[in-house]
Amino acid sequence: MAIALWQALGLGWGLATVGAITGLGTLGLHEGGRLSSLAADAGQAVWMLAGLGRPASRPWSLAAGLRLFALGAGTVLLAVLCWILLAAIAAVMRARHRQLSLLGLLAHGDPKVPGALVVDHPAAAAYCVPGLRSAIVFSAGTLSLLDQAELAAVLAHERAHLRARHDLVLLPFTALLRAFRWSATARDANREVALLVEMLADDRARRHRPARELATALLRVGAAGAGVAPAGALAAAAAASENAARPGAASGQLPASGQPAASAELAARVIRLLRPPPGLPAPAAVLVAAVTAALVITPVAALLLPI
Amino acid sequence: MNRLGDLERAIMEVLWESAGPMTVRQVSASLPNRGLAHTTVMTVLDRLAKKGFARRQRAGRAWLYRPAESREAYVAELMLTALDQTGDRQAALTRFARSVSEAEARALRAALETLTGADGT
Repeated sequence: MAIALWQALGLGWGLATVGAITGLGTLGLHEGGRLSSLAADAGQAVWMLAGLGRPASRPWSLAAGLRLFALGAGTVLLAVLCWILLAAIAAVMRARHRQLSLLGLLAHGDPKVPGALVVDHPAAAAYCVPGLRSAIVFSAGTLSLLDQAELAAVLAHERAHLRARHDLVLLPFTALLRAFRWSATARDANREVALLVEMLADDRARRHRPARELATALLRVGAAGAGVAPAGALAAAAAASENAARPGAASGQLPASGQPAASAELAARVIRLLRPPPGLPAPAAVLVAAVTAALVITPVAALLLPI
Repeated sequence: MNRLGDLERAIMEVLWESAGPMTVRQVSASLPNRGLAHTTVMTVLDRLAKKGFARRQRAGRAWLYRPAESREAYVAELMLTALDQTGDRQAALTRFARSVSEAEARALRAALETLTGADGT
């Protein structure tokens, strides 16, 4: 039994890593073609600037012009991607800081959930604010919705998120999604990785708590989320939250398009909790690891090797 | 939570309870801990104003303070972010479960009944 759990955990880890590396790998591949010429042209440009004439083996004319253009484009693209990541990090830090200051003013402790903060609101919500100063937050609605065992399971789940810094895994994907809102691939990648991260935390929580408690907690919170929330009160406060230190927020994009997937994800997690899938057989695991490594090595090789 | 944080919280409670804007002296008098120095209360109110949680206006030679938003508005802001209804999906928070539509919620409740029903047998 314990072995099956470990294998499932390994499978989860494997999938999450593949997901993460795939995203990075394809990003690298996009980049790779341009960067290889970038490296070559940087060398050529240095030669020219140093007044040493053109390198013997490389005729340059129109081709060199194209390459220099590619060099510029590659550099700009790289800079833009770095900028996107930094902007995403800044936005996340701002949002977390805002959460923590508000929680400092509003939240209180509760003996039912030791170490967590409680916000007095009837809607069902449980989440964590990751970071160096982290917090696990429950709404009062969740406290009355779940029994003591379920609360402990949710607490174990959230602690797993915080301890493993799952937010750092997610960050690059949300950054990409912010940059390419129109891209279905970015949206899918983001959703898949988010789901895998949740499953990882589920697996971790299951080591401390019975799986059934976590499963029923998931179903209760999922089912209550839409029903219990006093929509009027939340809508009235939307203006307040839009004022609140998040300039990029009001894009008007509603989560409606993403909602049908929400229950499918919940179902997937519940089924996985109740019937843990068998782990990957060893050869398959090796193959996955090899493909993962290849995805990273290929763009790097394309960049470094002279082609 | 540090001592300064506790004090900010206590002072916000006073401002939220109050019917109108308050002077530093009035805030001091309303705090549960009456022994605080006038300057301490003034400093914390100033910090709250800088953070945007309190607004202040001149009234003669004194400053009048009031909360920038009601307590309910701040709670709602927290919950909006928590329930992922602000429309911007960030990695700022990790949520336990996303909320679903009413029809889906019914399906989930049915599944839950099967599960807890099986539990009893």
